[in-house]
Amino acid sequence: MILAASRTIVRRDLLLALRRRSDVATALLFFIIVASLFPLGIGAEPNLLRSIAPGVIWVAALLSSMLSLARLFAGDHADGTLEQLVLSGAPLGVVVAAKTLAHWLVSGLPLVVIAPLIALQYDVASDLYGVLALSLLLGTPVLSIIGAIGAALTLGLRGGGVLLSLLVLPLYVPVLILGAGAVEMASVGLSSSGQLLLLGAMLIVAGVFAPWATAAALRISLE
Amino acid sequence: MLEATAVECERGGRTLFRGLSFALKGGELLRIAGQNGSGKTSLLRILCGLLAPTQGEVRWKGTRIAELREDYSRELVYVGHAPAVKDDLTPFENLDIACRLMGAEVHKQALTWALGAYSVPDLPVRKLSQGQRRRAALARLLLSESVRLWLLDEPFAALDPAAATYTEELIGRHLAAGGSVVYTTHQAAGIDARARVVQL
Repeated sequence: MILAASRTIVRRDLLLALRRRSDVATALLFFIIVASLFPLGIGAEPNLLRSIAPGVIWVAALLSSMLSLARLFAGDHADGTLEQLVLSGAPLGVVVAAKTLAHWLVSGLPLVVIAPLIALQYDVASDLYGVLALSLLLGTPVLSIIGAIGAALTLGLRGGGVLLSLLVLPLYVPVLILGAGAVEMASVGLSSSGQLLLLGAMLIVAGVFAPWATAAALRISLE
Repeated sequence: MLEATAVECERGGRTLFRGLSFALKGGELLRIAGQNGSGKTSLLRILCGLLAPTQGEVRWKGTRIAELREDYSRELVYVGHAPAVKDDLTPFENLDIACRLMGAEVHKQALTWALGAYSVPDLPVRKLSQGQRRRAALARLLLSESVRLWLLDEPFAALDPAAATYTEELIGRHLAAGGSVVYTTHQAAGIDARARVVQL
C-alpha cells in the first residue's frame, strides 16, 4: 500500500512535469545562465576561473533549486489535490518523501548531468568532473529534502517565495561548504572522501527525518 | 459510526460554532446547513481530519480520528470545494491516480465506465468547464461504493439538473448499501427530505 502510493505519486509528478516541460527547462536554464555570468563579469583569467568554479557552480545549483521549490506544493494546494494527498491511505511523511523524490528527479538530477559542461567553461581539469558530479548527486537531494520543509511552511502565504529563500538558504550553507569543498580538495590533489561521506550522511539523516517535519508543516499550513 | 462531541471551531479569532454534537450511523444522511461563512466547509474539514477542532473531538467507531489518521482516511471519500483534478492531466488519469491513492487498483474499463456515466469528455481537464470538472471529481464516487463515509462539500454546485439527479441517485444507493453521507448544499435537492440537518 505504502509502496504503491509512493510509486503513484512519483509517476504522477513526473507525468505533470512532462506535460509542463517549460517549468523544468526554466530552472535548468537559470542554472546555466547564472553559472555563465561569472566568467563574463570577472574576466577570462583561467587560474581565477578554475579556483572559483566549484563555489560558483554550487551556488548556482542552490539558487536554481530554490527557484523550483516554491512550486513543490503550491500547485497541488491551489487545485485541492494536496488535501486529497493528505487524505490518501498512505502516511503523510511517505507522500512528502515521494513528492520530494519526484521534485529532485526533475530539478536536481538535470543539474548533476549538466554540471560537467559548465565546468568546461571554467577550464576545470577533466578528472574533477567525477567529484563535482558526485558531490552534486549527494548534495542536491539534500537541498530538495530540506527545502520541502520551507515550502510546506510558507504554503499559501503572501510573498511566500522571498520568505522561503530566507528560511531555507541558511540551512543550505553546510551542503554548500561540503559540496564545494569536496571539489576544491580534489583540485589540489587531496582526497575528497571526507566531504563526500559527510554529504552522504546528511542525505541519509535528512531523508529519514525531514519528510516528517515537512508533513507536520503541511498539516499546519492546510488548517 | 461517526460521532462528534461538543465540537467548537474558531477561525481567525471568530468562533464559527460551538458545542456541536451529533452521531451518524450507517445508512444515514446528514446535511450541514447554514449561511455563507457559517463554517460548513470547516465542519466538513474537521470531520475529515484536515482541520483540528478548537474544542471537542470526533470519533470514528469509538476511536478519535486524530489517532487513526490514515486508517480513518481509508474509510472516507472527501469531495471538497475545489474539484481536486489536475489541469494538465485527463479526467481518466486523474481518476486513476485518485483511486490508486485510496489503495484501490481499479481496472481501466471501470474508470472509463465511471467517467462515461457522468459523461465527462476525454480532454485535458484545462479544457473542461466548471461543471465538467465537478463531474470528473464526482466520478470517484462511482468507484468508492465500498468506502463507508462520504463527505461532500457542495456536491451539486455547477452541475446541470441531470447530473445533480444522478448524484442524488448515487447517494441514495450508497445509503441503501449501509454507507453514510454528510453533505452541504445551497441548492434544494430531492434527497434533502431524507436528511437529518445540522444547523450552524
